Amino acid sequence: MILEAREVSRSYGSTPALREANLSVTAGEVLAVMGPSGSGKSTLLHCLAGIFTPDSGEVWFDGSRLDTLDDARRSELRRTAFGFVFQFGQLVPELTAADNVMLPLLLGRTRRKHAERRAAEWLERLELGDLGGRRTGELSGGQAQRVAIARALVTRPRVVFADEPTGSLDSLTGEHVMDLLVGLAREEGATVIVVTHDARVAACADREVMVRDGRVCDPYVTGTVR
Amino acid sequence: MTVPLALLGLLEREPSHGYDLKRDYDAFFGRGKPLPFGQVYSTLGRLARDGKVTGQSEPGDGPERKRYAITPLGRQEVAAWLTEPVAAEPYLQTVLFTKVVLALMLGRDAAGYLDGQRATHMRRMRELAEVKRGGSLTDALLADHAMFHLEADLRWIDVTQARLGALAETVRAS
Repeated sequence: MILEAREVSRSYGSTPALREANLSVTAGEVLAVMGPSGSGKSTLLHCLAGIFTPDSGEVWFDGSRLDTLDDARRSELRRTAFGFVFQFGQLVPELTAADNVMLPLLLGRTRRKHAERRAAEWLERLELGDLGGRRTGELSGGQAQRVAIARALVTRPRVVFADEPTGSLDSLTGEHVMDLLVGLAREEGATVIVVTHDARVAACADREVMVRDGRVCDPYVTGTVR
Repeated sequence: MTVPLALLGLLEREPSHGYDLKRDYDAFFGRGKPLPFGQVYSTLGRLARDGKVTGQSEPGDGPERKRYAITPLGRQEVAAWLTEPVAAEPYLQTVLFTKVVLALMLGRDAAGYLDGQRATHMRRMRELAEVKRGGSLTDALLADHAMFHLEADLRWIDVTQARLGALAETVRAS
C-alpha cells in the first residue's frame, strides 16, 4: 500500500467535509475518486497529499505517517515525492512552458542546464516540443494542461494527484490529456489519484471509489459488486 | 422482459387480482405505455405454470376472478433480480427504474443496488476505453457511442442515488 487514509475527518468551520473516510491505494494503481460536488472528494485528495491536515484520523504514505510531519517536511515530500495537476491556475502565465516545467526542479536545486534538458524531454513527451518558448498564458487549455502534466511528472514523483484535470476541456481534448497523463504515469511507475465527476475520465483508471457525504464508498470492498 | 418480474414484485407486497396489478403497473412503470390486459393475464398464466405464483379462484356473481399470490420460488426470483446489476448496455432506463422503484417498495437495499449497477457500468466503460486505446478509428467511434449512452445511465444513477429518500417517500405514499 503506498497511500492510506484511516478514519480521516476534516471540517470547514462547523461543516464536516470528511467523516472518518478510509481509503487504500496500491503502488502503481490509477484510482478515480468520484462523487457529487461538495461530497468531500477534493478535501480527501488534499488530505492524502499532505496539503490539509486532518482534524482526526491518520494518513500514511509508504509506511510512514504523513499527517504528523511538520510543515517543512510535508512541503519537501510534496515537492519530491508528489506531483499535482489541477483544473486551473497552477502555471505561472508570465513564464514560458519550459520555465514552468523546470520550476520544481530548480526549487529542488537541480542545476539549470540539467533542468532545461529534462524540461525539454518532458515537453517532447507531452507533444509540446515546439512550444517550450511560449508563455503559458498564450497556450490553449489543452496545451496548458499538458504543460501542467509535464511539470507534475518532471520530478519523477511516486504519486500524482490530479483534481478535475480535464474539467475545463472539451471531451476530445480532455480524453487526449487523460491518455497522456495515465500513459506516462504508468511508464514512470507512478501512482495516480484523479478526482473527477466525469465517468469517461474515471474509465481511464484501474478502479473507482465514490465519496458521498464525506465517506468513501467502494462497492468492490463493501460487497455490493460481485 | 421486466414485466413478469415487475408483476412478481408487485405481488410480493400483497396478493392481488389481475386488474389491480395492471393498475399498479401502469401507475408505477407504465409511463404512457399501459400494459394490455391480455399481457397481464398471459404473464400471470406463465408465472403460475412455472410455480412462481398461485391463482385462487374467488366465487361471485360475475365472471370468475382469480386472486394471485407469490410463491417462495417467485420471491426468490425477485430477490435475486433486485440485487443483480444489469449488464451494462445502452437503453436500460426501464429496467433500472423498475428495479429501483420495486426495491424501495419492498424495503430492499435500493442504494446498494445502484452502487452495484454503477460499478458494473464503470467496468464496461473501462473495457470500452481499452477498446478505444487499441482499436481502429471505427472501433473507437463505436466504443464512443456506447460510452456516451452508459454515461447517461451513470448520470441517472447518480441523480437517483441523491434523490432516493424522496423517491422512497413517493413510492410508499402511492
